[in-house]
Amino acid sequence: MKLNVGIDLGSTTTKALILGEDGDVLGRGITNSRSNYKVACDVALCEAMINVRFALLSAALECAGAATTWNQMDRLELAFRREQYLAQLAMLAEVLRSFITRRDADGVARVVDEILSRMERDADAMFQPGAKRKSDFFRDLAGSIYLRLAEELARSEGVPFDRLVGLFDKAILDVENRPADAENFGLHVGAALVALPEVPPALRGAVAEAAAVPLEVTCSVGTGYGRATLPFPKDQIRSEILCHGLGAHAMFPATRTVLDIGGQDTKAIQVDERGIVTSFQMNDRCAAGCGRYLGYIADEMNMSLQELGPMACQSSRPVRINSTCTVFAGAELRERLSLGEKREDILAGLHRAIILRAMSLLARSGGVSSEFTFTGGVARNPAAVRALQSLVGENYGDVKMNISPDSIYTGALGAALFARREGLRGPAAEPALEERKTA
Amino acid sequence: MPDVSASATSVHKEDSQLRQKNMIAAHFTRLAQAPETGDKNVYTFVPGNLTELIRSFDLLPVLPEINALQSAMRGKSREYIAVAEKLGHSEDVCTYVKCDLGMMKSGNIGPTGERLPKPDLLLLSYTGCFTFMKWFEILREEYDCPVVMLHVPYQGDGTITDSMRRYVVDQLRDKVIPALEAVSGRRYDEARLREMLARSARAEDDLVAVLNAARQKPSPIDAYFGGVYYIGPIFSAFRGTEEAVDYYRALRAEVEERAHQGLGPITPDGPMARERFRLVVEGPPNWTSFREFWKMFADEGAVVVASTYTKVGGVYDFGFRHDPDRPLESLAEYCMGCYTNLSLPRRVEMLVRYIREFDADGLLINSIKSCNSFSAGQLMMLREVERLTGRPGGFIESDLVDPRYFSAANIKNRLESYLQMIEQKRAGGAA
Repeated sequence: MKLNVGIDLGSTTTKALILGEDGDVLGRGITNSRSNYKVACDVALCEAMINVRFALLSAALECAGAATTWNQMDRLELAFRREQYLAQLAMLAEVLRSFITRRDADGVARVVDEILSRMERDADAMFQPGAKRKSDFFRDLAGSIYLRLAEELARSEGVPFDRLVGLFDKAILDVENRPADAENFGLHVGAALVALPEVPPALRGAVAEAAAVPLEVTCSVGTGYGRATLPFPKDQIRSEILCHGLGAHAMFPATRTVLDIGGQDTKAIQVDERGIVTSFQMNDRCAAGCGRYLGYIADEMNMSLQELGPMACQSSRPVRINSTCTVFAGAELRERLSLGEKREDILAGLHRAIILRAMSLLARSGGVSSEFTFTGGVARNPAAVRALQSLVGENYGDVKMNISPDSIYTGALGAALFARREGLRGPAAEPALEERKTA
Repeated sequence: MPDVSASATSVHKEDSQLRQKNMIAAHFTRLAQAPETGDKNVYTFVPGNLTELIRSFDLLPVLPEINALQSAMRGKSREYIAVAEKLGHSEDVCTYVKCDLGMMKSGNIGPTGERLPKPDLLLLSYTGCFTFMKWFEILREEYDCPVVMLHVPYQGDGTITDSMRRYVVDQLRDKVIPALEAVSGRRYDEARLREMLARSARAEDDLVAVLNAARQKPSPIDAYFGGVYYIGPIFSAFRGTEEAVDYYRALRAEVEERAHQGLGPITPDGPMARERFRLVVEGPPNWTSFREFWKMFADEGAVVVASTYTKVGGVYDFGFRHDPDRPLESLAEYCMGCYTNLSLPRRVEMLVRYIREFDADGLLINSIKSCNSFSAGQLMMLREVERLTGRPGGFIESDLVDPRYFSAANIKNRLESYLQMIEQKRAGGAA
């Protein structure tokens, strides 16, 4: 099966998106690994390839008319994710143990073993149907459990908590830098099938069918801040402005204005009826008012990034925050807290401050025309969306606003569409990421 | 208008660049020797400079904004700006001013490493930049020297009337010439001025031919990055001199030969292999990362075929020439016609003409963070030029000489996006 790949190497996350021969999205992958762009790219692509296999699996089941097995499919995928998690956990265990030295206090090795064994035990619960996971990233998932257990056991066993944290911080980098082995589709899906209580023959057949399809990458196009580091020829690199414009057009064909708020830049883009960029503006040297701003605020408030938006949405009296400078906003935040302002009101003000900055870029790029598509990681934040809706309404009247649940993949989708065009023109002179032809 | 010796090593140079380098170096040496030779000098600015008039009194021009950009290319502007900020000049002040003041406070060492003399006169030809006036106010306090100001009326409605011309000529006669006489101890010699203006016109003819060579495809020159070298002598101390006439004759021959051979421009990294984009650029270049900035364009095959920055010291390509038969009148018209003295509609008109006549892919604006007089209204101009030509506009931001305001990744990102946008438009969405 011939595939076209789009890679978006962002400042916070790396996204991969795979299109099938007919242009359908078959797989998406994302990683927050930032230690090395090549690794981040491999991890995201591997993840996307696994999703392609699951897409093939669904298609095979559909062909077989096995409609009743959807529930089984979900269970299989959860079991697969559990296997993936356990494989990464095993890798973490190996690396952690290798870092424990003779100089470590008695008990460090024992506590680490205990943490790992409890983590393994807890994995089942994490991948039960309906279980909520705060993140899809191994670093976040494993990190939060490890730290909780380390805190508990350090106290009860009398070993230094800092040492346990230091070991994890060091080990996780290694784990993130070894992406491929643990994510092999065939290996994990086999284990997942074994773990499931009952597997209908149709599902087993469909798995075998999906795993056997040869996957071949026809063309890859890269975009995003790290695009220059991708092992692609220059003509397979596209600016993220173009990719976001085209991606937004593909998601919502009537799009005329796109706002992308990513980790370290904000882009206001105007596109025509074919998704061709006609004008754009982006923030200059200063990344104030971008996604990182929210990350910083989350750290300041000791909250997770995902919790910020929902809390801000509870505000009834948003505080006016003037500064979009990340550092100044932090100072303003602390001052407001000390004055007794409610956290949700301050957060609502901070979200509005970000969006005000985006409004200025939108105005300079040519305004907001219907339909208006909001993309990037910040589009998943409900308070940012609410502030944007309100300010766009005030300034541009009734404008249809689109937000895709997959908005974070907009740039990667645009890149994959460019790859498809390149692919249709002929075989790439130098197929990129050749080693990842199959997952 | 830099001296090529100031940029990084191992650059490819045209013969004209070497000649220009020698001319400028000789001028700075002469300035450095002024305390011994007794040569007097006049500090003045590039837009609206009255070089022939100054030189007709045997006075030497010194151009502080050129010293500032040269300092930036020598990697000195960061420390000079820091010195000025220590004196109380804020971060938002024009960085040419701060760089110049910092240089002055650090010993007034000029671009060639020699000390520049103190001004004997500050001649402010006011052609639209309010900051220039404040700059000379500071220098006046510092040096306690005479100042003369020529007030040049703004071309608000795009025309030069008789009364405007008369107003400038009267000031030249009643204020500027007496001030130059007082400093030099010489009488105004109109015959000498006429000879110089005749030479100016000859050099201007050749400069226009050089700039117009960019109409050819591929363009044999880069009219922005290369252009700043070409305008060096005529915008600084050499207009009206025999050296300038010779320089522009040689430069024209060199460019015409390249055009004849169908060659593209020479960039610091060698001749450009393939012209992929033809751009018109508005706004001064960044000087602190000049070579890196140029390389971003050259690497993409982007050639600037016309630029407005190369018109700040005089707009010659629409027919204006200094005229020996109307010496003071033509100097007045020259001052009023400088790019910085033109209204926004006139600037738009010029840009549209450039895009059409040079068959450019679009307009790119390099908006200068610390220069409000140049940057104000640029986004409006961009939209208007887009509307009138149907060619896409691009917008990047940097600064003149403050390295803190040059974000290479951001500029490269925007530039590449703009060029890919042009490519996509050309291909009708198939690219």
